[in-house]
Amino acid sequence: MQTKRPPFWQREKYTPYLLLLPAILTILFVVLLPLIFSFYTSFTGYRLIRPESLWQWVGLRNYERIFGDDDFWAAFVRTIVFLTIALNLEFLLGLGIALLINKITWGQRTLRTIMMFPMMFSPILVGYQFKFVFNDNIGILNNALESLGLSDGAIPWLVDTYLANFAIIFAEVWMSTSVFAILLLAGLFAMPRDPIEAAKVDGCNAWQVFRHITLPFLMPFVFIAMTIRSLDVARAYDIVDVMTGGGPAGRTELLWTLIARTGYDNARMGQANAMGYISIILSIAFTYYFFTKLIASRRYMGGAD
Amino acid sequence: MRTPFRKTAGKVALWILTFVLMVIMCVPGLWVVLTAFRPNAEVLAKPPVWIPEDPGLTNFAKIFGFAADQVAIPVPSYFANSLIIALTSTAIALLIGMSGGYAFARYRFRFKNGIFLGLMLSRTVPGIALSLPVFIIWSKLGLIDTKPGLIIVYVALNVPFTIWLIDGFFRQIPKEMSEAAQVDGCTRWQAFWKIEFPLAKSGIASAGIFAFLTSWNEYALASNLTRSTDSKTLPVGLMDFTAQFTIDWAGMSAMAVIIIIPALILTFLVQKHLIAGLTFGGVKG
Repeated sequence: MQTKRPPFWQREKYTPYLLLLPAILTILFVVLLPLIFSFYTSFTGYRLIRPESLWQWVGLRNYERIFGDDDFWAAFVRTIVFLTIALNLEFLLGLGIALLINKITWGQRTLRTIMMFPMMFSPILVGYQFKFVFNDNIGILNNALESLGLSDGAIPWLVDTYLANFAIIFAEVWMSTSVFAILLLAGLFAMPRDPIEAAKVDGCNAWQVFRHITLPFLMPFVFIAMTIRSLDVARAYDIVDVMTGGGPAGRTELLWTLIARTGYDNARMGQANAMGYISIILSIAFTYYFFTKLIASRRYMGGAD
Repeated sequence: MRTPFRKTAGKVALWILTFVLMVIMCVPGLWVVLTAFRPNAEVLAKPPVWIPEDPGLTNFAKIFGFAADQVAIPVPSYFANSLIIALTSTAIALLIGMSGGYAFARYRFRFKNGIFLGLMLSRTVPGIALSLPVFIIWSKLGLIDTKPGLIIVYVALNVPFTIWLIDGFFRQIPKEMSEAAQVDGCTRWQAFWKIEFPLAKSGIASAGIFAFLTSWNEYALASNLTRSTDSKTLPVGLMDFTAQFTIDWAGMSAMAVIIIIPALILTFLVQKHLIAGLTFGGVKG
């Protein structure tokens, strides 16, 4: 008697694909197809108010126009500088906080919980909160400075170019330092005691122990934090949008707020999509860079990949 | 040699230093919370009023429409939208994530790494860049300003991370357990629900909390894909307060508190899993 061959969806070989089908379809429909579509529109003169312009092929003109545009370059450079300063500060502050808390034995849980406080704030709330704190008229910062007699006028934190950029970086650093702190603290907890003891016996001072044992051991955790952060750097859009809206006169404009302004406010979808692609490439480059660093530092530590 | 006394004194100093640092870090957030409980007149007062003279729940009553002078912002419907959208998208993302995570944890198949990488890469796309084409397509499909429109987007946003986390939780459960159940006559489906699911439950729950928080807090996509009370969520509604010429700081702070309470409770609940989940394979791989 011949047993009937089961239909293909019941065969073991296809099970994983079937299980993954919903996930793949979702990503396909919501991410991949729209991205292919936006890649196409980045070569058209598509404007929201003129639907027929979707078929108006303009070749590379959008990209040429972007690369010749000073506003775009200003936003692009500002985004890179913003990320460099913010990520480095977050790393240094996070490392400092993690080392401090690691030293403390009594009441460590409480401190750890307080440390996680900013992580509970969504970017939009962080933006609002610092819009409030840095407000020139009623903000707590100006009020405090005036009460202490440190300044006599309202400092225009969110209006002056330099101060506004400072305020935005401050908000970003406030929001994300705890991500670094918590991951580095996890790294410190996982750290074996023996190498440190051995180094101390051999006469290393505290700095040498930190520089040659603690830090290399922490590096994978640093890069995990960097990789996680580079996945959501674009959340800075929320902060800037709430705090300054890219103003005054576009002087706090980041790549992401510029995209929103070009696409939605000026209705130039084609051009906005071209910028969108540049921002996507930027994000992938950041993530890829830190991911390869992560793999390399793991290998350095002699771990499996 | 250091005397015990000096050692203790040093420890206390270190503790106080750290504590003060932590408190300074919390001040901006606490200031918003404090503002939520005081009248707007006090917030705008010059010279500043530092300690609330007249604290109360008026701001909350106002934005929820219980007070005499109401705010023209429909916070209750934003709240309902946020809740419906976040809960539904989380539930769907968890189902998809469980199925996908199980596939990655338990099977070997062709293109496994490629598919995994593809899913993760989809997460790197900045929300605002994704919102442009989604906005155009959704408006053709009539999904702009609808709850399903936003739910679908959030499911896609959450699926990669959910799969990553759940994959890790399933991997920690020995394969032999479900194999033993299958030897005893369970089908693979039964073995999953009777053995593996109960063991991975707390991990799956924390993956769900992450997904919920992502949806609850999302702004870049929501602000462009929603228009009216039909689908506007709380983070988008927060901006309604600034649309007017004068900003209602007290009302806005009250709304901020409403947004943060669920986040506060849920983050607190998953603290432990948060660290474990994020450091998967930190060194051991």
